[in-house]
Amino acid sequence: MAKTLPKTDVVIVGVGWAGGIIAAELTKAGLNVVGLERGKERKTEDYFMVHDELRYSMRYEMMQDLSKETITFRSHDNVRALPMRQYGSFLLGDGLGGSGVHWNGQTYRFLPYDFQIRSKTIERYGKDKIPADMTIRDYGITYDELEPYYDKFEKMAGISGEANPLGGKRSSEFPTPPMKKTPGIQMFTEAASKLKLHPYMMPAANLSENYTNPDGVARAACQYCGYCERYGCEYGAKADPVVTVIPVANKTGKFQIRTHSNVRRILHKGGKATGVMYIDVTTGEEIIQPADIVVVTSYVFNNVRLLLMSELGKRYDPSTGTGVVGANYAYQVVKGSAVGFFENKQFNTFAGAGSLGISIDDYNGDNFDHSDLKFIHGGVISLSQTGARPIQNNTVPAGTASWGPEFKKQSLHYANRTLAVGAQGSSMSFKQHFIDLDPTYKDTFGDPLMRITFDFREQDKELAKFLAERCNEIVKEMGADKVDFLKELGPYEIMSYQSTHNTGGVIMGAEPGTSAVNNFSQMWDADNVFVVGASSFPQNAGYNPTATVGALAYRAAEGILKYRQSGGLLV
Amino acid sequence: MEGNKSSGLVADKETDSKKALEPAKENNAVSEHSGPEHDNVQMNSNSRRKFLVNSGYVIGTLAVGGALSTIFGCTDNNGGNPQEPTATPGGGKETEIPNYNRALMYFTPAQFRIVDSATERIFPEDDNGPGARKLGVAFFIDHQLAGDWGFNGRDYMSPPFYAGEKVQGYQGRLKRKEIFDIGIQELENYSLTKYTKGFAELEGAQQDEVLKVFENEEANLPTISESFFFRMLRATTLEGAYSDPLYGGNMNMEGWRMRNYPGSQMSYLNIIDKDFTKVEPSSLQAHLVSH
Repeated sequence: MAKTLPKTDVVIVGVGWAGGIIAAELTKAGLNVVGLERGKERKTEDYFMVHDELRYSMRYEMMQDLSKETITFRSHDNVRALPMRQYGSFLLGDGLGGSGVHWNGQTYRFLPYDFQIRSKTIERYGKDKIPADMTIRDYGITYDELEPYYDKFEKMAGISGEANPLGGKRSSEFPTPPMKKTPGIQMFTEAASKLKLHPYMMPAANLSENYTNPDGVARAACQYCGYCERYGCEYGAKADPVVTVIPVANKTGKFQIRTHSNVRRILHKGGKATGVMYIDVTTGEEIIQPADIVVVTSYVFNNVRLLLMSELGKRYDPSTGTGVVGANYAYQVVKGSAVGFFENKQFNTFAGAGSLGISIDDYNGDNFDHSDLKFIHGGVISLSQTGARPIQNNTVPAGTASWGPEFKKQSLHYANRTLAVGAQGSSMSFKQHFIDLDPTYKDTFGDPLMRITFDFREQDKELAKFLAERCNEIVKEMGADKVDFLKELGPYEIMSYQSTHNTGGVIMGAEPGTSAVNNFSQMWDADNVFVVGASSFPQNAGYNPTATVGALAYRAAEGILKYRQSGGLLV
Repeated sequence: MEGNKSSGLVADKETDSKKALEPAKENNAVSEHSGPEHDNVQMNSNSRRKFLVNSGYVIGTLAVGGALSTIFGCTDNNGGNPQEPTATPGGGKETEIPNYNRALMYFTPAQFRIVDSATERIFPEDDNGPGARKLGVAFFIDHQLAGDWGFNGRDYMSPPFYAGEKVQGYQGRLKRKEIFDIGIQELENYSLTKYTKGFAELEGAQQDEVLKVFENEEANLPTISESFFFRMLRATTLEGAYSDPLYGGNMNMEGWRMRNYPGSQMSYLNIIDKDFTKVEPSSLQAHLVSH
């Protein structure tokens, strides 16, 4: 028999960026909030021995233990889905701060086009530009409406950067100046300018200088140590929930974090949630936490999984295209990139920061004419210097042996002589791409795993090829002696790391029939449930998702406070 | 950890960087006489500076000079193991404290010899510096297989098992240590059949031939995918060459030194916007004892 605890105002499922932001905002406003986090506590002191590529990058120290829970995958619904038994394509976060701890900190705002993609595409190219099975949608909120929330997120995190010349309007400057320009970044800047492109320094959550945010949280500047992605920051220089929003929530005395608490069900009755049921994973005890409001912020997969297992919202049916929970799963097309080999120049590429880089948006969104192209959208193109750690960076020119004397010689020769320019391609949603409950494979509690049905389509292949060619042009202009770049995007595979930018499944929209939440991340079918995160993206943009997740979380927090006052649907 | 303090470390490293290419043996020579704490309390240049700052009043007198010089006699650049590189179990000079890490947790000696030979072909000694053998790669793999990773402790290993599409990744029921057991045995069997000699006894070129057959999935093994095993062997060879010396490979940080990788540094603030700068590597061991 489950133990039932006293009721709280709000229970948050998963304490990462979205959960942390909402906890801070609600507790500041006086609400009592319980945060349930399935993983362990994390703090800056944990990272004293963090410069360890084997432990963090190769053995996935920060990631979810797949022996307890994973996902299953298939390319097509006529194939049997099988479990992702080992890490590859994407890395699932775990513990306090979630994926917000092991991210790189690349903090782009989406383009205005991203929020109104269906209507803008039709407006410029006509209805036929969008294939019949492509299910892209407008968010039901515009960039301009979301701008104040982006601004809030950037000020909280202390984002370093300069305005994107091809981006949406900004209400204020970045709170801190751009990061330092490395020789490689200089070369990209000059090459891009010669090609009449519009370079700007990558918006970075690695602080360019010491910074105190509006909540009074002071953090030290980034030291460019070269260990961001897959690592926690030993300086607290990289913005993450543990060093920004969570302490603010804690200080109110109204936030109670319970780690090792894995939520299995949202409890509900007559279209309203009554609380959640979770397991204390240290004792196995089943616990019920009643709450007036349930906030689900546990990354794309668990957001969808919790709704489906709790039978909350209308399940997506791919055969009819009806229902919403699990629909519009999208990803990122990152293989369209180019590597330059420089014979006569070495670089300090061992040094770096997760979001140290330079970008152009000339080939992103609808910033270029797609009339004669077989795809829509595009992606940001960047040169980033994240720290070329030695186990994972042994790039040699195509045709080089992959082991033996030639490989050793060449991989050592080029260890500090390569610069890569990469594209972060957008990913459109399709009727055939969705996530649902796997019929066979279970997690450690006996609950079904999430099942992904996804592949790259013509849209992705054309887009990747186009972006790779653009990357090639830039690297050539930078003076590389040899350039290798993608010629053809193969099928989607689960083994090689690509991007932890999974999106969709609980999408946002203007009306209930085609979306699961409104633009406050409030569920149409249960007005006291807010599902926040990249799960609400109807398709994925050509950028990293975190700034947008943060902005949507600030808006959700505002919505929750409004709901607390007035009740009912907010839109 | 204070950012300001550590940004000063880079300056230290730059002045030391001239020594970057000195052979490890010379750097290590003095460590043999460095007192009782030399095995795990080696002081590198950073900790020495910190110590000097912390105890400046002592430095002003000569009274403790002898004691200090004994401590400071430790090598600067050795963040790894103090011993001369060796890849044979039980190696090392009598005057040295043995490297207790150099023993086997998982492999039999016969398995060890095969892995040691195979990884040396994958990452051979050349003009640039040591190969897998001198870097201790086979010890690294042995130690890895004995732990969590060898047991697939954090992988999803629940049934049912089905052969999947290629894009669905590894779907076998064998754990990594079992794949190594079988793969090593198959290397040996293939060598005995084709050359009537064990793998470790073959000429280098013959070993390459065997490895190529495995890489190209041409051995027609009934047991495991030989190319999967080969890729794992190659990947762990690079891990052993380039992971922190704490794991038993990358002996003396020679793997890092060959490619001018500085290992664990607290700050690159002073060189991030500069042209290529050689920085003498530092390990986690040095970081631990210097803070």
